[in-house]
Amino acid sequence: MAEYWRWKEYRWHDEDKDWRDGELITGGVDVGSVSSQAVIVVDGELYAFSSQRTGSDSPESARKALDWALEGTGLTLDDIGFVVGTGYGRVNVPFSNKAITEIACHARGANFMYGPSVRTVLDMGGQDCKVIRCDERGKVSAFVMNDKCAAGTGRGMEVFADLLAIPIEEVGELSLQVEEEPPPVSCTCVVFAKSEATALLREGWPKSKVLAAYCSAMAHRVVTLLEQVGIEKEFAITGGIAKNVGVVSRLEHETGFKALPSKIDTQIAGALGGALFAQNLLKKKLSAA
Amino acid sequence: MALREEAEVKAHYGYKDGAGDFFIIIDTDGCIRCEDRGCVTACPEGVFEIITDDYDDMVAAVVEEHRQRIKYSCAPCKPDRERPDLPCVTACAPGAITHSW
Repeated sequence: MAEYWRWKEYRWHDEDKDWRDGELITGGVDVGSVSSQAVIVVDGELYAFSSQRTGSDSPESARKALDWALEGTGLTLDDIGFVVGTGYGRVNVPFSNKAITEIACHARGANFMYGPSVRTVLDMGGQDCKVIRCDERGKVSAFVMNDKCAAGTGRGMEVFADLLAIPIEEVGELSLQVEEEPPPVSCTCVVFAKSEATALLREGWPKSKVLAAYCSAMAHRVVTLLEQVGIEKEFAITGGIAKNVGVVSRLEHETGFKALPSKIDTQIAGALGGALFAQNLLKKKLSAA
Repeated sequence: MALREEAEVKAHYGYKDGAGDFFIIIDTDGCIRCEDRGCVTACPEGVFEIITDDYDDMVAAVVEEHRQRIKYSCAPCKPDRERPDLPCVTACAPGAITHSW
């Protein structure tokens, strides 16, 4: 049976760089409810990362993510000076030196990815959604988190991809192929949204229109969260949903703010922030020694 | 204008649902200066705790188990009529705690 929700797992490392030339090698591991990422930073520069699905065992998922990021680099865990665990399973990263919340890590990661001008970070994760305000150093100045329901999260989008038998990577583009924006489906609960979508399909709505209604609902739900802490330029989106052009464009339309583009994968922001925190903590540790 | 080294953090704990917005907002910059930590003992439901945040400051936070049912945790202090001053807000010397509802 086709699994339309299944997104592509991947890894990368900088083949032009030799980690042996670096002094400070640090790692960040973000164990989320849906995906896990590991990032290696060498002297403040991104060196390697992996992103894969979280399994039922958080320590095992953390280990697998790190092992995959290190694959083919010659690096081992012993070569990494400091590791920060973050995300939903941050306390279950057996090899981490410190656990830091994903709120602080996403702000730090976004500061690296988008530059010091970013002030509002919207992290649209697998299980929850966070709005983070930060300063020019990537330090959190306000945050709010919605983790009460899957509506408006990556998992909710996976449910819709499966329901409509559309590969998840194509959902965003397809949702934009409508002549007129339909009214949003329920954004209070993903179960209600799913049953509403099923009824719309029975009424004869094309899949693109149903997806447009769901993407619009997701965007609207997130905007109400953004209003809680206020939105300030520059504005950036992290997490897997940042790759969904259907949600992003509707968010931009509703807020009137254009999200900053990123050359770095938005899904690794938390782990990247963790690795950058780890770099500072390693410096402190070395200077205290 | 230069940013202070200890920039304030406004932490919003709670949720928004069909019934409304239910958030406790803590200005943790106030917590850093507070020696009293009155909120922890003042709350009859044990909603507050002192944690070490990501920047190694000791600050007040809403206990995890209360975050998704904060409306109900705070209900005993919020009768429909003749609502008295909230014990947590009164006990917070730096005035760092506000409720959204």
